[in-house]
Amino acid sequence: MKFAVGQPVRRVEDTRLITGKGKFTDDLKLPNTAHGIFVRSPYAHANISSINFEEALKMPGVVDIYTGEKLKSEGLKHMSVIDFLQNKDGSPMNASKRPILATGKVRHVGDPVVFVVAESMNQALDASELIEIDYDELPCVIDTGKALNSDSPLLFDEFGTNSAVDWEAGSEKEWSDVEEKAHHISKVDLVNNRIVVNPIEPRSATSDFNKDDDRFTVYVESQGSHAMRERLAGSIGVEEKNVKVVTNDVGGGFGLKMMCFPEYIATMFASRALNRPVKWTSTRSEAFLSDSQGRDHVTEASIAMDKEGNFLGVKVDTVAAVGAYLSQYGIFIPTLAGAGMHVGVYKIPVLYNTVNVVYTNTVPVDAYRGAGRPEASYVIERLVDKAADDLGMDPLQLRIKNFVQTEDIGKHEGAILPLDSCDFQKTTEMSIVNSSYDGFAKRKENSKLDNKLKGIGISYYIERTQGEGAENSRVVVSGEGSVKVFAGTQSTGQGHETAWTQILVEKLGVNPEDVSVHFGNSDDLPGGGGTGGSKSLYMAAGAINDASNIMLKKGIEIAANELEASVDDVEYTTDSGPLFQVKGTNRNIDLYSVARLAEGQSNTQILDGESVYEHKDPTFPNGCHICELSIDKETGRIEIDNYSATDDFGKIINPLLVAGQVHGGIVQGLGQAMGEHALYEEETGQLINGSFMDYHMPRADEFPEFDLDFNQDAECTTNTLGAKGCGEAGTVASTTAYVNAIYDALSEYDFNELDMPITPMKIWKIINGIN
Amino acid sequence: MALVEIEVNGKNMSSEVEERQLLVHFLRDDLNLTGTHVGCDTSQCGACVIHLNGNAVKSCSMLTVQANNASITTIEGLADGDKLHPVQEAFRENHGLQCGFCTPGMIMAAVDIIKRKPNLNEKIVREELEGNLCRCTGYQNIVKSILAAANKV
Repeated sequence: MKFAVGQPVRRVEDTRLITGKGKFTDDLKLPNTAHGIFVRSPYAHANISSINFEEALKMPGVVDIYTGEKLKSEGLKHMSVIDFLQNKDGSPMNASKRPILATGKVRHVGDPVVFVVAESMNQALDASELIEIDYDELPCVIDTGKALNSDSPLLFDEFGTNSAVDWEAGSEKEWSDVEEKAHHISKVDLVNNRIVVNPIEPRSATSDFNKDDDRFTVYVESQGSHAMRERLAGSIGVEEKNVKVVTNDVGGGFGLKMMCFPEYIATMFASRALNRPVKWTSTRSEAFLSDSQGRDHVTEASIAMDKEGNFLGVKVDTVAAVGAYLSQYGIFIPTLAGAGMHVGVYKIPVLYNTVNVVYTNTVPVDAYRGAGRPEASYVIERLVDKAADDLGMDPLQLRIKNFVQTEDIGKHEGAILPLDSCDFQKTTEMSIVNSSYDGFAKRKENSKLDNKLKGIGISYYIERTQGEGAENSRVVVSGEGSVKVFAGTQSTGQGHETAWTQILVEKLGVNPEDVSVHFGNSDDLPGGGGTGGSKSLYMAAGAINDASNIMLKKGIEIAANELEASVDDVEYTTDSGPLFQVKGTNRNIDLYSVARLAEGQSNTQILDGESVYEHKDPTFPNGCHICELSIDKETGRIEIDNYSATDDFGKIINPLLVAGQVHGGIVQGLGQAMGEHALYEEETGQLINGSFMDYHMPRADEFPEFDLDFNQDAECTTNTLGAKGCGEAGTVASTTAYVNAIYDALSEYDFNELDMPITPMKIWKIINGIN
Repeated sequence: MALVEIEVNGKNMSSEVEERQLLVHFLRDDLNLTGTHVGCDTSQCGACVIHLNGNAVKSCSMLTVQANNASITTIEGLADGDKLHPVQEAFRENHGLQCGFCTPGMIMAAVDIIKRKPNLNEKIVREELEGNLCRCTGYQNIVKSILAAANKV
């Protein structure tokens, strides 16, 4: 079957994207649109003493100017976020209220203060230059590790602390017991550096309020129009039915585009006030100061072992920055999103994890590809290497010794992950071959002749994709000979149109050319789970399958009537085209003819099916990534010689798309290890590297061609496809593989922790004994 | 305002533009050629690459008035009618794009690289892509696409 599941089919979305016909949010031009720009705080922490925009209001083209006080007086409250966590003593968390525009105080450089709306963007910019804002600067706290110090300034006086939540999972008592009986305990101190998400498409929103039906249409990037609708409605203070979200092509998401931002609410407010469309598009400079950022953890972790190197327990204490305000999922990412993942792929019975999530005068932090899982994987995979080093064991053998084995599945003892399937041993064996691991010693020896330090690093990562949730789909067959599939998921580049087409073609046996996939318009479906947590494939597949079955049930009734057979005697078959057939005969009628019959029955009747698919289990993609690199001893320059990724994603639906996800994920993870870092000046809170000129975005010439392989033997048992989510896996894996390789390369030198990003300068200092 | 005469994708046009207008905004806002994208404000990302008199340029880093009397090709004008340019074809065949936002700039840059560098190899392609950022693909299939196209052009 052409275009079926398992084939590396070329993408159906590509033709429009390679010819310039993609439709991204900023491409939209509604008639009579006014353009907004934000005046942002130049200070990390300050009281606003006055705002004067009288002169600006007189500038040509200016339509109106809004301040936080104005929005407040019109009843606008604050952004709608997740804030349900409790402190470990049972008291409620300190949930900040993020305003749409700052009132009274600004808390990070880039905090939006004034919204200027004019006929054109340039006019709005010209006017903004005449706005006078007086600030009384306050001391700020930038460093995550210092946020809880008693002498650090408070972002929110009402909390009396910078702690948003002091959270724990697992039992401290169990850990103390383990600590007591352990033969050896290895420790690491880690900084998981802060990342700027930086999809190449900056954020943009156009809001269009329609007075007659009291309803907003908001054209905005999202990772699911329904979740965005919920947040927009909650933040502007209307019911969801009064908001329609339209997401067209999205230029990369990586978690960022799930988030609802104050800028979007400001365009909605202005559109309603002015009764015309209002648009805002971020510049890259603004993106650095206003897009939610990722990671930013400071962690102390320990692993306890017995004499033979069997792991007994892990303790992880993290301080994680949430930035100046809670962002949408900001509190969830360092706590529940990665909870339990610190045991990795190992039989570790005890895990005790504390997280103090803190406010700092920085851009809010939220989900970034992997969201909590890469941070956890970094902890355990660094710990294992440190343990191997402490015990004088081979890091690969120590891993193998402690792997959860296939026969352990279902036992779910202690803190061990509740896996449905795994084959860590075989994946590792494949990886050893793929990376020529056994020949490394010789290659290292040879590299000494070139004055190089060679290192090899292993990361056996595991990810937990999102489990519990629901996804919607609708399948509509047209008598004209086409099938429309609607899904609540949202592609931000993954190729959902192709993959969902494959799933439908396999299910219905129709021609791929006759299938079209639709998502992004919140009015098309009552709800949708959206894309995030690497779940879209199995969620959408479940929903499309259910919707198809409902459609086919309807079709069988019509076909039975037409074929003069009983409903029980008619079946749907794809053996020789999409046909309803009387069982055991060659009497049949094709899918599209049945659709025409349905359409003929009345004006409103069509052949369709709609479903809400509910699912409860996560998947556990995992794999062995091995990175080999060389360091030039004179300059500290690092070159990746080889990167080998052997992944277990269960059954693969489209190997071409999966490889693309892995390539991109690896580079995002390596970017963090090699150079990406949102660097704030400690005294002033200014983002020092707030542009592509300064921020280390990974470029093509920093990487070799990655070698990919897949172990497809351990199919997932909790979804019908047998597939495991692959979208974030590369990012979970690669950071640690690189860092472990650096440690290996520098094994002959004496140094303490080496934090990411690992730059040539840091290495050069170690080589030259400079502290 | 200033009057400019520019040939865009084979069509001559004259327009009144603001002197401060960047060429990329002329293409996107005035001509509605929205295939050329804006990904940064420091001329690093390359999402706005077009061909000006046959050479790749970043249309965010010049003014419309500087393009007076020039001939411009944008991503919309690269294919020959329905027949895709070999570089476009190679990007599709080799999964050289994911979200597609950097892609028009990548493709326009790639056409230029192939024209300038007769003996392309992986190393050269990677170095030549210094001025084009992609956040989705990890570059691997972009490099593959360009090498595949170079063999066909």
